[in-house]
Amino acid sequence: MNQRPLLGSVALYAAAALVVCISVGPFLYMVLTSLKTGAALFDPAIWPKQATTANYTALFEGAQPFGRHLLNSVIVATVTVGGAMVLAVTASYALGRIRFKGKGLLMLTLLGVSMFPQVAVLSGMFELIQALGLFNRTLGLVVPYTIFTLPFTVWILTTFMRDLPGELEEAAIMDGCSPLRIIFQVFLPLLWPALVSTGLLAFIGAWNEFLFALTFIVEDDQRTVPVGISMIAGATAYEIPWGSIMAASVIVTLPLLGLVLVFQKKIVSGLTAGAVKG
Amino acid sequence: MSRIEFNKVCKRYAPGLPLTIKDATLTIDDGEFCVFVGPSGCGKSTLLRCVAGLEDISSGDLSIAGVRVNDLPPAKRGVAMVFQSYALYPHMTVRENMAFGLQVMGADKAAIARKVQNAADILQLGPLMDRLPKALSGGQRQRVAIGRAIVKEPKLFLFDEPLSNLDAALRVQTRLEIAKLHRDLGSASMIYVTHDQVEAMTLADKIVLLHTGKLIDERGSVAQVGSPMTLYHRPASTFVAGFIGSPKMNLLPGKLVGAEAGHALVEVAGQPVRAAVDARAVAAGSAVQIGIRPEHIVVADTGEGAALPATLLHVERLGDASLLYVNPGAGLPTMTVRAEGSVVRPAGTALSLRLLPEALHVFDAAGQACMRTVELPV
Repeated sequence: MNQRPLLGSVALYAAAALVVCISVGPFLYMVLTSLKTGAALFDPAIWPKQATTANYTALFEGAQPFGRHLLNSVIVATVTVGGAMVLAVTASYALGRIRFKGKGLLMLTLLGVSMFPQVAVLSGMFELIQALGLFNRTLGLVVPYTIFTLPFTVWILTTFMRDLPGELEEAAIMDGCSPLRIIFQVFLPLLWPALVSTGLLAFIGAWNEFLFALTFIVEDDQRTVPVGISMIAGATAYEIPWGSIMAASVIVTLPLLGLVLVFQKKIVSGLTAGAVKG
Repeated sequence: MSRIEFNKVCKRYAPGLPLTIKDATLTIDDGEFCVFVGPSGCGKSTLLRCVAGLEDISSGDLSIAGVRVNDLPPAKRGVAMVFQSYALYPHMTVRENMAFGLQVMGADKAAIARKVQNAADILQLGPLMDRLPKALSGGQRQRVAIGRAIVKEPKLFLFDEPLSNLDAALRVQTRLEIAKLHRDLGSASMIYVTHDQVEAMTLADKIVLLHTGKLIDERGSVAQVGSPMTLYHRPASTFVAGFIGSPKMNLLPGKLVGAEAGHALVEVAGQPVRAAVDARAVAAGSAVQIGIRPEHIVVADTGEGAALPATLLHVERLGDASLLYVNPGAGLPTMTVRAEGSVVRPAGTALSLRLLPEALHVFDAAGQACMRTVELPV
């Protein structure tokens, strides 16, 4: 390999630093702001002179049940991911491995469904939630979230499922496996990277979702965290509580960060799996 | 008891498509090593998959050990299959791979451990038991795939071109191992699919040669069933004669002059050729083909048999032998002769080929063979 000229190295690292600044900057600003209170919030200095965790403690002791919101979000996102994965894996087995008429049309419909913007289906979804008696219940949000995440999840998993070798399935059939056993004992271990990637995206989607959470829940106790943050109120109607909002945003970001770090390796192999023959 | 009987087995993949397998009728006896062989597209793998239960049989009956298995699921048929790509479960160790089938069937743990250990001993897999398939070489994976079949103690083993992913040296070695395995396992029958006639000739007790293309529709899928020596010495048709043996048998057009019990007289390129066959069923004066294998042609100016003058076109020297491509005159196709390797002959040399009556085959106009009347190895 050739030695890179010095100037090249400098340019490369400068470019890398720029990318890091742009992507991490806002997050860093958020963290630092969350450590300031009162007048310090409006001080242009980036680094806080007196770091304080007052915003964080205030969040959990304030009028709003922030801890409850967090818990609600965790429950909704987890149930959504769990449910969507079970449905998507079984559906993708059918779509990826079983020959039947109209499969192409079905796949296209799936893709088409996921094209609709949230606002377009909001009123319909509202009717559905009401009809199911899920209005104003945290767990009710699982329904629209699953509906929105499934097409994408199924589509991705189907492509992975289709690429698994056919003889592997036949070997399992010769070993006496039922379709469910083939899916869960033979294919699932091979699909882990894809599952982790799609599952994580589904989790992030459910975790961040705002519009449905705002529309379908009116009771404070049942709210999820994105709506909760938007409802954080200051001492007076004229004050925007930047410190609390920033602290809440930091807390909301941490679980996602943790998940990505834990599954980092799987995600990378999932996104590249099938790209080249292993 | 593991007799396998095919009775007019047909397979059509979809309505409107031609039959892939037509009227396959044959019997595989207890402990017999049966090889399905044929050119590509002959449906040999399809037939194997019908036995395995991976494909439905469109019509006809298939029975294993006296039980009709057409509608039995693969796992209930008492068969085990070794796949071309081995199809090992990538996330399981060698031990888990071999135990998986037994676990699914619900065998108890001690029995599974004993059977897996037993198979590992037979195949010398001991040191590899805790490795994942990706950490094994091709030959080792092949042995694990065979081990996975052995532990199930099936009545019938199915091999789908198991050697085609191995390199040439390993292929010969594994071929020997499979032959030894068959001897050691005794009572289990085996069906082995290959397109390689050397594998077929060396491994088989019984070869089933399958037709391809429109011959399937005209004459059924099975071209000939018999021992390797039967197919070599007594090919039932020009199709079999052309497939078994390398280089291919030479076929020359001729006209039947007369036939007696012990021999027939055929006119080839204007001269009479005597062949040791019983051609009395064929009308005198009708068109026939005579066949002779390259290794049975003698190059000699004098001696027994009809003489056929020819010009040498090209020589391929293999060391032990040379393949001579010769032109036997106008109206006749180029012939191949396998001659002793040490003699040097330049292209263009005039040769005299001797066609010994005992070495000749005669096929009627439809390509069906006349019975050879000489004593032949079985």
